[in-house]
Amino acid sequence: MSDSTANAIEAEGLVKRFGETTALDGVDLEVPAGRILGVLGPNGAGKTTAVRILATLQLPDAGTARIGGYDVLRDPVAVRGLIGLTGQYASVDEDMSGRDNLVLFGRLLEMSKADARARARDLLDRFELSDAANRPVRTYSGGMRRRLDLSASLISRPRVLFLDEPTTGLDPHSRNEIWDIVRRLVDDGVTVLLTTQYLEEADQLADRITVFDHGRVVADGTPNELKRKVGGQTLQVKPSQWQDMDAVARILLDVTGARPLRDMDSRVLNTPVEDPVLLSTVVTRLAAAGIAVDELGLRLPSLDEVFLAITGSKQGVTA
Amino acid sequence: MTTISPSRALRHSMLMAGRTAAKSVKNPAVLVELVIQPLVMLVLFSLVLGGAISGGDSDAYTRQLVPGLMVYSALLVSVGTGVALSTDITKGVFDRFRSMPIARSAPLVGTVVGDLFRYTACIVLTLGFGYLFGFRVTTGVVPMLLDLVLMIGFSFSLCWISVWVGMLAGKPETVQGYLFILIMPISFGSTIFVQSSTLPGWLAAWTDINPVSLLSEVNRGLLTGGPVGGPLLGALAWMAGFVVVFYPLAMAAYKRRMR
Repeated sequence: MSDSTANAIEAEGLVKRFGETTALDGVDLEVPAGRILGVLGPNGAGKTTAVRILATLQLPDAGTARIGGYDVLRDPVAVRGLIGLTGQYASVDEDMSGRDNLVLFGRLLEMSKADARARARDLLDRFELSDAANRPVRTYSGGMRRRLDLSASLISRPRVLFLDEPTTGLDPHSRNEIWDIVRRLVDDGVTVLLTTQYLEEADQLADRITVFDHGRVVADGTPNELKRKVGGQTLQVKPSQWQDMDAVARILLDVTGARPLRDMDSRVLNTPVEDPVLLSTVVTRLAAAGIAVDELGLRLPSLDEVFLAITGSKQGVTA
Repeated sequence: MTTISPSRALRHSMLMAGRTAAKSVKNPAVLVELVIQPLVMLVLFSLVLGGAISGGDSDAYTRQLVPGLMVYSALLVSVGTGVALSTDITKGVFDRFRSMPIARSAPLVGTVVGDLFRYTACIVLTLGFGYLFGFRVTTGVVPMLLDLVLMIGFSFSLCWISVWVGMLAGKPETVQGYLFILIMPISFGSTIFVQSSTLPGWLAAWTDINPVSLLSEVNRGLLTGGPVGGPLLGALAWMAGFVVVFYPLAMAAYKRRMR
């Protein structure tokens, strides 16, 4: 049993069923205060259900959870006083302006009218929403909504923040903005549980990553440990000509020692590489063989590849 | 276990009521509902159809129509309460409220109390517009004020049906659909637009005990004179019935959604 004062978020044996489906099948989680846990998994893995239980929005069928030492079942009001929640969909009133939303939430959190207004102004400034502050939220772009939703979660200066797929559906610019905000929050000592479908996001932000599949934790570790399991980065080659696929595959096998995955639809070969220096070797070999390529590069493994490496099967079909 | 004191719960509810009322003022759809809708009904029935329905005496018809339209407006406006709650739930702002350390009852109490603004406005405006079409209160200020209070009470008893449907139906549009299915027959099968003596026997029998007819009769009595006692007892019985049946249903459904 771990010390409850050191862990801001703790859950043991969480189970949640919806009719026939088991959304959570005995999940344990532990996030030390001031850290970021990335919960990685495909749609339907149980990430959102776990967040909703931890944020007191749903009752588990079995298991216990504590936030800042308070039990989510026995003392939900105390838990709500510690947390902020930003979901995949903006939890704000679309018919009200951004400012009116924030002022209302501030007033509900026992702030005086003046304090609530000042806090709203600060947050709108900080999230670059001042120009749109008096417009109804329904006129906001996706990125603006997400930023407003995040600022609504921060009014109470929460010690624990739940971010449920905070960047899903956002363009790269908005995504980077959200990442910067999250990093600054953690610098201020906030504990964050972040769910995501992107290994890159978890890798960028999280101290530890827990991988969910079918309502279970299938892997857990630091980003580096996880990436080592997957094989670091992926080398991706797209030959210009179909007939070069076999030749490229042979070169990749030769250089990396691993048989590349072929995606016949997009004419792309993928192979995990431990050492990024191998990229130049591959370039030299391709040039020597006189093979022209449309694309060539290193990237982080996709969620598919993570699952393949961890569970030995494609995501969604693990037994 | 941390709890929320009654005084805090009251303050949370009042803040929510302020939100509901502020949204009503800014929402163009509410303007249509409160201003355009009664005017359209008055033009349609007082000017266009009134002469035909009453056989020529359209002044007498307007005297019958305006007290009934006040009930009709209250029915229509009550739909908004369920729609607003359903919208909060489906759009996700409910989850924000639920994740905050506020009274669980505040979003519901706030919506209902805040909607008293719309209820009062629709009853007063329908009566006021009636004046443009020649309707006059002939009894006095006190009976008129009593009538307005009674009508607000009627709206308040109706809103629990709207809340209940709002909690059960999946989408705001569905809430509206279900409630209109209920409102249309009880409005047109009443004495708002026609006298029950013109209806076939079985329909007249229903019309005479229909809450909408009874409220319309009370309005007529309190605003232009005539018997009040009998219909008032019937109307109060219906109002009590709505609260006794639908308030627990609405609360149970709300608690399920709020849990």
